[in-house]
Amino acid sequence: MPQTAPPRSAADVRPPVTNIGVLGWIRANLFNGPLNSLLTLTVLYLLWQALPPFINWALVDSLWFSSSEECKAAGGACWSVITANIRFILFGFYPHDLQWRPLLGICILIALLLYSQNRRHWRPSLAWAWLIGLFSMGVLLMGGIFGLTAVESTNWGGLPLTLLLSVFGLTAAYPVGVVLALGRQSRMPVVKSFCVVYIELIRGVPLISLLFMSSVVFPLFLPEGVTVNKILRAQMAIILFTAAYIAEVVRGGLQGMDRGQYEAAKSLGLNYLQTMRLVILPQALKIVIPPSVSILISAFKDTSLVVIIALYDLLKTTQTALSDPKWMGFSAEAYLFVALIYFVCCWFMSNYSRRLEKELDTGR
Amino acid sequence: MNSSTANDNPDTSPIITIEGMHKWFGEFHVLKDINLTVQRRERIVICGPSGSGKSTLIRCINRLEEHQRGRIVVDGIELTNDLKNIEKIRTEVGMVFQHFNLFPHLTILENLTLGPIWVRKTPRREAEESAMYFLEKVRIAEQAQKYPGQLSGGQQQRVAIARSLCMRPNVILFDEPTSALDPEMVKEVLDVMISLAQDGMTMIVVSHEMGFAKSVAHRVLFMDGGEILEENEPQEFFNNPRHERTKLFLSQILD
Repeated sequence: MPQTAPPRSAADVRPPVTNIGVLGWIRANLFNGPLNSLLTLTVLYLLWQALPPFINWALVDSLWFSSSEECKAAGGACWSVITANIRFILFGFYPHDLQWRPLLGICILIALLLYSQNRRHWRPSLAWAWLIGLFSMGVLLMGGIFGLTAVESTNWGGLPLTLLLSVFGLTAAYPVGVVLALGRQSRMPVVKSFCVVYIELIRGVPLISLLFMSSVVFPLFLPEGVTVNKILRAQMAIILFTAAYIAEVVRGGLQGMDRGQYEAAKSLGLNYLQTMRLVILPQALKIVIPPSVSILISAFKDTSLVVIIALYDLLKTTQTALSDPKWMGFSAEAYLFVALIYFVCCWFMSNYSRRLEKELDTGR
Repeated sequence: MNSSTANDNPDTSPIITIEGMHKWFGEFHVLKDINLTVQRRERIVICGPSGSGKSTLIRCINRLEEHQRGRIVVDGIELTNDLKNIEKIRTEVGMVFQHFNLFPHLTILENLTLGPIWVRKTPRREAEESAMYFLEKVRIAEQAQKYPGQLSGGQQQRVAIARSLCMRPNVILFDEPTSALDPEMVKEVLDVMISLAQDGMTMIVVSHEMGFAKSVAHRVLFMDGGEILEENEPQEFFNNPRHERTKLFLSQILD
């Protein structure tokens, strides 16, 4: 060894090749130990077995714009069941030549949602945009003014109905849930016991029975001649149901708060409402973003239970389209399509919540 | 500095008067017959073993704890169950906690302006200017846009002091302000407290920092078992403690 070689400082030493880069990743994540190596190989083998046939069925041998007879003759997926029935699946019994109206409404909703994603856009003007947006969606759906033909709410269905029930349901349920959670922590015994009873009662029954009651039992108690719209009743049931779950999640967040935060807020002279609004809730709600979002996601999917009271939401219109003898037997394709719509919505929610969490993280 | 001339303020009425105050936690008698008068611009250090009730005592002064018997009068307002009085007193009495209790979701500047804007109804611009003034004072102005989680313990406690100063309180209560700090950060916080004392702030400090007590306090109180056992000027208190338990405590803490 030549003595003159400069000593390499510790900072110069690189990690072994097997620990970094692609190789390192594969080793650390797929082959770290005999059991994991075996699992990796098994999964690869199963994918090899399952993927090519599925791709063949869904993409290669599939028919997209054919008649049902051609579909029955072919071996692949029959996406024609969707393309042929798309308007019924999406809009239900909404009058055929007026379907641009709910479509436009959905576009407004999506535009608003996408725009609101960015927290820098959260200004007072955005609240007005939402109000105007929701109002024009209602007008578009209902008609009856501005020269638009009126459409009975019994004809509403499909995707607009699903979105209506969930967007209003979730946005209304959240504040109600927060109020219930605060009520449950209240030192006033009447408020507290009301909230406890409400939460436990609602959580103790399935959503289906609430929907059923709202549709069958509730009208019995109304005075003669008074009717409440069926969709509105279902909407109320969804709000009341979801709020109870939100309340329990928010309560968890409130209990996780350090007592010192209350004391610091109090010693500045903030009153109860200010303490909650400015100090406690911003932190507590941030903690409970993940569980809240899972509740919102499951509530979104639960809106499909309104079929029980004969509302034609997205899932029900799909079922109805499938009951046409022409298209019987292609339920796999149709349900895959509906599943995709649900998945996109849920994925949007969970993705956004993750982003929000990151943005709100102040490194505590 | 540690003379007892606390009366150079034209308003000579005491800022805090406590008479025959008792407090129980359930069955446990935490504070027994507390009598204490604090003059304006007076600085008091309260020491004593843990569990002696010293924190509870100062927490009663801004009603974070409720007393059951006796009277507490702060700046002419008696503490009762009346919520309006309580909120009024809390705006006049600043509090600095052992664990800082900054609001982690707000920036340093927002932590400081929250009270003035929402309680004092100060315009935002003005509140921010005065917040920056106090941040300069605790020598931390360059951190104004950071979040509490990004600051060291000593820095956080200095922010907490600035936060209470922003409310322009007549008196500040310190609840063991340096006990949660790493040793090398104690001095920066004590320095800020000393400069407050030089500005004539009325302070009640629960602390075991005996150096601070010697140089800054007008009076030192020793508490044990929920009672004020001894109170004296710092010189006397440290050189000639009268009570046996004070002697024991001092011998343990000064070693």
